Amino acid sequence: MAANANTIDFEKIKEQNQGKDRFQPHDFYNVDTLFTEEHLMIRDAVRSWIKKEVSPIIEASAQSAVFPHHIIKGLAEVGAFGPQLPSEYGCGGMDYITYGIIMQELERCDSGIRSTASVQGSLVMYPIFKFGSEEQKKKYLPKLAQGVLMGCFGLTEPDHGSNPGGMVTHIKDMGDYYLLNGAKMWISNAPFADIAVVWAKDEEGIIRGLIVERGMEGFSTPETHGKWSLRTSATGELIFSNVKVPKENILPNVKGLRGPLTCLDSARYGISWGVIGAAMDCYDSALRYSQERKQFNKPIAGFQLQQKKLAEMITEITKAQLLAWRLGTLMNEGKATSAQISMAKRNNVEMALNIAREARQVHGAMGITGDYPIMRHMMNLESVITYEGTHDVHLLILGKEITGENAFI
Amino acid sequence: MKILVCMSVVPDTTTKITFVENNTKFNTQGVQFIINPYDEVSITRALELTEKHGGTVTLVHVGSAENDAVIRKGLAIGANDAYRINAEAIDGQFVAEQIAAFAKDKGFDIIFTGRESIDYNGGQVCGLLGELLGLPSVNVATSIDVEGNIATLTRDIDGGTEKLTCSLPLVVSAQKDLCEPRIPNMRGIMSARTKPLNVVEPISVESFGDYQSFESPKPKASVKLIDPEHPEELINLLRNEAKVI
Repeated sequence: MAANANTIDFEKIKEQNQGKDRFQPHDFYNVDTLFTEEHLMIRDAVRSWIKKEVSPIIEASAQSAVFPHHIIKGLAEVGAFGPQLPSEYGCGGMDYITYGIIMQELERCDSGIRSTASVQGSLVMYPIFKFGSEEQKKKYLPKLAQGVLMGCFGLTEPDHGSNPGGMVTHIKDMGDYYLLNGAKMWISNAPFADIAVVWAKDEEGIIRGLIVERGMEGFSTPETHGKWSLRTSATGELIFSNVKVPKENILPNVKGLRGPLTCLDSARYGISWGVIGAAMDCYDSALRYSQERKQFNKPIAGFQLQQKKLAEMITEITKAQLLAWRLGTLMNEGKATSAQISMAKRNNVEMALNIAREARQVHGAMGITGDYPIMRHMMNLESVITYEGTHDVHLLILGKEITGENAFI
Repeated sequence: MKILVCMSVVPDTTTKITFVENNTKFNTQGVQFIINPYDEVSITRALELTEKHGGTVTLVHVGSAENDAVIRKGLAIGANDAYRINAEAIDGQFVAEQIAAFAKDKGFDIIFTGRESIDYNGGQVCGLLGELLGLPSVNVATSIDVEGNIATLTRDIDGGTEKLTCSLPLVVSAQKDLCEPRIPNMRGIMSARTKPLNVVEPISVESFGDYQSFESPKPKASVKLIDPEHPEELINLLRNEAKVI
């Protein structure tokens, strides 16, 4: 049974754990010189905010499986919600590298926190910006950027995960409104979201996007309990039972599977950066632990087997950094392809998960405790390697791209 | 209310300190630079005061163009504008003379400095500025509030706290407790793009001294555990190794 949010005194826990986050950044190839002054200023600001506000409470949040609602305002202020979208709609007006850098800093702390921001920015704000009407953009985007409204994204269904085109959730044109029926599963932010961007088939079987608001009759969002992963973020279902959705809530500018897949491209891009943060945190902790932990009268960092682990970790992190940076420049130019994004998401998530596992070994028994972030990152990354396209699905996207042959079916 | 905040740019607190040129110069290779933490506190308190009473916060820094990125961070936190006096900051005297020449006819009500910069730890600029400008100066303040033309300040003293009042204008140096430093937000960083960062040329200042050499503190020795059955060993170590008895 998850703890009730009211039973956790996050403010007190924050004070108790202030200054305990010892993370030091690592930049073996001077990747920082590829960034602008502004990128670095934003990175440092988010990092400082995380260390002060989120790191001190993240373990308590994970152990109790309670989403720390109080950080939403701070997330908005540091620009975590749609930083890459235009400032005319109250968003950051920054580039895709800024977006990536912010995701990296959030996930350095916890993938669940990054997931909350990813969903808001890439899966709720982005489709409204890209496919919404001018009225919808003006109505929702500024409030979503400020965290006044929180959103979720309904695509996956109980029987349709890697095959979203098979969805059964559907809408029926009733003249004045659409009648929505169906169910979505594994939806981050669902339990508290004010709005949901939901994908459903119309009477001709064409996938359409709708904005469903909390409070509409027949719409409920039961929470998913008992997760061993992403315990700091709230996950739930979206259940639609004869929900009357006003016609002005349909996203007018997209039809078909291209709609949700375009959003996933944006989110997957963010993940390819985010997981570098998780990997860096594991590496940083493992490096420090190996230098402080002594066995046989010397630091374990002095043993070849530990050095092999650490040297391979920083090598893989450096490769992932360069992959993400190059993808970011392509995103900024509007030239990144879905397959390129798949490659970065797939490679970087696997890299982070492997580093978490190796870092766990370096920490010995201490690695399984909440005194170190390792096990939390490792369990989180088991979700990250599955959601937003599984590890295998990304392989098939790449396979199709390079051979021209579709191996999905 | 017009407030001037004097800002130093210092190595990040985690920097490994080394020296070059025969131990006469700090090695800046690969070093990350940040706003001096006491100055960050000053900027934040200055903003809090102007948010309450109205007014502007101006930053001034003595240094080269390499430090512009760090000055921009000060603007991102919320300062209205910034001036960089285009000269290498040689020592406290040099910096105070430059800032005094810059500030003397600009009508600032409060001039903040940090209690010290965390690199050379001189702690002199506040007092020197007060002297050079003919203004009262309060060193190492832990709080400051303003009512009308009067500032109320507190300072930590041996065994207690000192509370004092002082008429404006004044120079005050910030202790870390002055307030919780602000982290710049996205809006602040975006607006810092267009805020003015002016460059002024330095005045000529006579130098009173020069750095001869620096040395790093000796690394901390590891703890030696001595068997309570052998106190003579402890006495031997205190006498011959630590040389304290």
